[in-house]
Amino acid sequence: MTTAEAFSCQELTELVTEYLEDALPPGERARFEQHLAECGNCEIYLEQIRATIALTGSLSPDELSPEAEEALLHAFRGWKSS
Amino acid sequence: MGIRGSLARFASRYSRSVQEVSSPDETRLLEALRAGDEGAFRDLVQTYNASLLRVARIYVPTRALAEEVVSETWLAVLEGLDRFEGRSSLKTWIFRILANRAKTRAVRERRTLPFSAFQPERIQEPALDPDRFRDPDDPRWPGHWAVPPTAWPEDRLLAAETRERLAEAIEALPGTQRAVISLRDLEGWSAEEVCNALELSETNQRVLLHRARSRVRKALEEYLK
Repeated sequence: MTTAEAFSCQELTELVTEYLEDALPPGERARFEQHLAECGNCEIYLEQIRATIALTGSLSPDELSPEAEEALLHAFRGWKSS
Repeated sequence: MGIRGSLARFASRYSRSVQEVSSPDETRLLEALRAGDEGAFRDLVQTYNASLLRVARIYVPTRALAEEVVSETWLAVLEGLDRFEGRSSLKTWIFRILANRAKTRAVRERRTLPFSAFQPERIQEPALDPDRFRDPDDPRWPGHWAVPPTAWPEDRLLAAETRERLAEAIEALPGTQRAVISLRDLEGWSAEEVCNALELSETNQRVLLHRARSRVRKALEEYLK
């Protein structure tokens, strides 16, 4: 594999989001996957990005405070009776 | 399941919201709201309030102001409900109202957003410190890892404290990055929905998501090492 053709590890870390968003042109996608198959470090890096995404997805959205909810429901009742 | 569940299913099924007209689920929700169903309104508020707040915080300088903008938005939603014709999805319509209110408020607060907030590609920001890599002119391994990442221990990754650190890292992001990563990865919106709500191009949405994920991964790496 010649280095002119292949991505460097640094380039790969800048392309992970395009890869995961399926936004890489087919040729670049193939080069990306070829690099991954040969580079354990970049494989770990991609796994860490995936873990970051999964963990973010496990966070619970901020809850509305009971006071704020009550204020909105109060407005809703006012709207309903108007 | 209730309306909240229906909305979640709606969001995942109808990700192309720009041209999307109201679905049958939304039509039922609208009917319930117009009939004054308080439970339907509560579900709607619980579904979108946190996301509205994140988006509002891009435009206005403080959390308190953002909360005001979100309250104003809900009142405007109520006022407009009878006139809403379903030419866009309810979600898109609500977020457009929010963006307009937030921009008006930002002008009143004389806050001008740095141009770069919505044009991220104009500024270089590498995913990782360049010191993590060998020199691009390295004769043998240009741009290869000098300090490679090490696998994260699963037990620590799943610990409650790691989640707290993660939430802090997201909170510390610049407003636009924080909104994009929260809507995409926490709320599970599609790229297109985020582009619509934040009026971002596809490329800029992706650049912002990339930066946000890269920064958050880095924060986790520092904590887990």
